[in-house]
Amino acid sequence: MHDKIDAVFKEVLNVDPKGGAITLVYNETEGWNSVGHMMLVAGLEQAFDCMLEMDDILDMSSYEKVVEIMAKYA
Amino acid sequence: MLDPLALSGRVAIVTGASRGIGRAIAETLAAHGATLILNGRRDGEAISRASRYISEKFNVPVSYVAGDISQAQTSANLVKDAFTRHKRLDIYVNNAGVLIDGLIGMMPEHDIDATLSINLAGVLHGVQSAARLMQRGGRGSIINMSSIIGRFGNTGQLVYSASKAGVIGATLAAAKELAPKNIRVNAIAPGFIDTDMVRQIPEAKFAERLASIGMGRIGTPQDIANTALFLASDLSSYVTGQVLGVDGGMLV
Repeated sequence: MHDKIDAVFKEVLNVDPKGGAITLVYNETEGWNSVGHMMLVAGLEQAFDCMLEMDDILDMSSYEKVVEIMAKYA
Repeated sequence: MLDPLALSGRVAIVTGASRGIGRAIAETLAAHGATLILNGRRDGEAISRASRYISEKFNVPVSYVAGDISQAQTSANLVKDAFTRHKRLDIYVNNAGVLIDGLIGMMPEHDIDATLSINLAGVLHGVQSAARLMQRGGRGSIINMSSIIGRFGNTGQLVYSASKAGVIGATLAAAKELAPKNIRVNAIAPGFIDTDMVRQIPEAKFAERLASIGMGRIGTPQDIANTALFLASDLSSYVTGQVLGVDGGMLV
């Protein structure tokens, strides 16, 4: 699961989270603004072949939170 | 030559599809080969019957999700159904609506809330849900039902007018935001259309409305469905952010 998430972060934000070794936070990490967030969501939905709930999309405020949420869809 | 109106292989959601304009749109899209997911409010039996009828008549897959479109979960469920069954969504018709008239000072709060939540918030929920799945396919057409009353206003229709004007604003904003994703967003503004809603109008008022129509006849649900077909099809592939009046030259 981490591999899939990391690949999406790399593709969309051009950063390598290395499984959470780097701090990544919405609205702080370069490129992770509202537009980047929706691209991240699209990438995650594609990678996990799912449709995320609106509450989950709004809750994805950090890499750790993304991992926690995507565990429900893995 | 390929038929530019052909919708075979495309998946369409139509809200408020049990009867009237929504039903005509659903049947017209089905007649051109679209796979359908229909929505009807609360009464699951009516939308279930409509789905069966359309599927058998036009030999296309039709499923349905019953629910109140003012609730965000209903549009989310519709799009999830499209994803689960078909993995794609090409067309989303935000048609469901209510008409509650009342003079200024005579509209109770619950009627204001109901009108805005179904006619306007329902559209906003639909656009948000639809856009997410459409962008995966790299294309899409969202069609929002406004009204001639939303463009020009009318006595006794303060709230309805505001809700339908809001639909136009939402259409223009969504068209700008979604154009780079090749998702087109347009609105239809029907005039006086022969539906259950207008059959409740007193005879004198009906005649007065009819006299205000340049073409001298009331519109039909099929007139609106034909416009929806145009906006759903490749014939309108470069059309976005538009409000198409379908009113026979009606003056309000």
